[in-house]
Amino acid sequence: MNTIRKNKWLYLAAIAPILLLAFVTPDQGGKNAESIARGKKVYQEVCLACHQADAGGVPRMTPPLIKTPYVLGNKEALIRIVLKGLKGGEVEVDGERYENPMPPQSDLTDQQVADVLTFVRNSFGNKASAVGVNEVKQVRNKLTN
Amino acid sequence: MKSLFRSAALLLIVGVIVYGTAFMKPAPLPEQVPVKLPDGFSSVTVANHIGRARHIAINTNGDIFVKLSRLNGGKGIVRLRDTNGDGMADDSLKFGNYTGTGIAIKNGYLYASSDESVFRYKLDAAGNVLQPDNPETIVTGLVNTRQHASKSITLDNAGNLYVNIGAPSNVCQEKDRTKGSPGMNPCPILEKAGGIWQFKADQLNQSYETGVRYATGLRNVVGLDWNNEVNDLYVAQHGRDMLFQNFPELFDQKSGAENPAEELFRIKKGADCGWPYCYYDNDKQKKLLNPEYGGDRVKEDQCSGKDKSIVQFPGHMAPNAILFYTGNQFPARYKNGVFIAFHGSWNRAPEPQAGYFVVFVPMKKGVPSGQWEVFADGFAGENINRAKYRPCGLAQGADGSLYVSDDNDGTLWKISYGK
Repeated sequence: MNTIRKNKWLYLAAIAPILLLAFVTPDQGGKNAESIARGKKVYQEVCLACHQADAGGVPRMTPPLIKTPYVLGNKEALIRIVLKGLKGGEVEVDGERYENPMPPQSDLTDQQVADVLTFVRNSFGNKASAVGVNEVKQVRNKLTN
Repeated sequence: MKSLFRSAALLLIVGVIVYGTAFMKPAPLPEQVPVKLPDGFSSVTVANHIGRARHIAINTNGDIFVKLSRLNGGKGIVRLRDTNGDGMADDSLKFGNYTGTGIAIKNGYLYASSDESVFRYKLDAAGNVLQPDNPETIVTGLVNTRQHASKSITLDNAGNLYVNIGAPSNVCQEKDRTKGSPGMNPCPILEKAGGIWQFKADQLNQSYETGVRYATGLRNVVGLDWNNEVNDLYVAQHGRDMLFQNFPELFDQKSGAENPAEELFRIKKGADCGWPYCYYDNDKQKKLLNPEYGGDRVKEDQCSGKDKSIVQFPGHMAPNAILFYTGNQFPARYKNGVFIAFHGSWNRAPEPQAGYFVVFVPMKKGVPSGQWEVFADGFAGENINRAKYRPCGLAQGADGSLYVSDDNDGTLWKISYGK
């Protein structure tokens, strides 16, 4: 009985750092780089037409994706924008209001949404944590329920 | 040797000071922003940084009225006046607590629009606005859901006011701008938008019930002008977006950037220019059925019966102002032709953006008599994808000069010939 309990603790102690690594620092290393590379492709196909190649947006029409609270802030809110879209005129950055509506991108898979947001949050001068597939899945579930 | 250098340096410093004082003027001149013009023409920058300068109107006394799309010091209209006759605006007055695009002067009144209404102000004999804080409301309650919200205005000589009401939509899909979403048929937006409405220039508080839908099937018109030579309305339409993005099987990247045409129409009452069902295909050189309505770049369907444009331009360049030139200062070929200010594109990426320029189309009796040509260029600056200046408004001065406004940095140019 005692030995089993001891082993259990040893086992837990051994996997704890791995679990910690997996949950606390998902931004580091190759996994993130792969997601960014895949996200870049999604960006070029889906986002670039309006947000432009440099993510600087279009004055009065399409907001920039560079260092704005929308992009760098709350991830759930950001995922919602991608899945649900915007009516237009809802986003204001530095006193400028943007009029073009954003179509919902709910046809993208959870992986694609995670990839493209991880790409945007780590490109164009942005630096922020990655967006995980599970985070996208949770928001999508909330929106459909 | 050393002393030689010292005296040379001293001479240089003294020279700079003398030169500087000799050419110093009391008021700071606007920073001069050169633009490219045909031989014989020159420009001066009349004002800088006046705000989001949309449309402009010039009174007979030379006052320039500028409508702003963002408040500047809490005001949405700027009047610029040249009090010492040096051609530069040295006095400015701000009034009007609303943003917007349209501005025009007719029969002693200044008309200006917000994105829902049209107001007017009485001008006195000296050109002063009599009640800058208390305009008359001529039109009110027009559709404004932000997309294509600019209400551009022009007036005829029979007491009528024409207002563009842009469609708050790309192509009237069930879900706007969403790939795969079908076009609504009939398009319900056309009841209150997507056309030109006619109102009485001197009646208060008009709206849809009292206005006349003068023309329909126009997605978004920002530039419009009444041609006094032939007594007709001319409008420039912003064509639809997203042909390549939503129909890659029909349009490659390049043809999506070049299509559809931006179109100039001569409008008669009751005109139907085809939006959202039709678009003008620059490659096929005809009006075709939009793919959201079953189009395949071949089918014309109902589009063969729609009103045809008189000039077509490459896609997405955004014609934001048109002006028939009636002055005598420019060479004779410009008389009664039309200038068009292109605001410049966004829906051409990843192709380079285009169209930050002013174009001229020669006309005879209201009909194009030659190809369109670039008249004034160089507004974008070094990076065409991050334009520094964006032409938005045009006006003709009493001496026949052409004025151009920029709504990115609030710059105003005066273009003259032979001066």
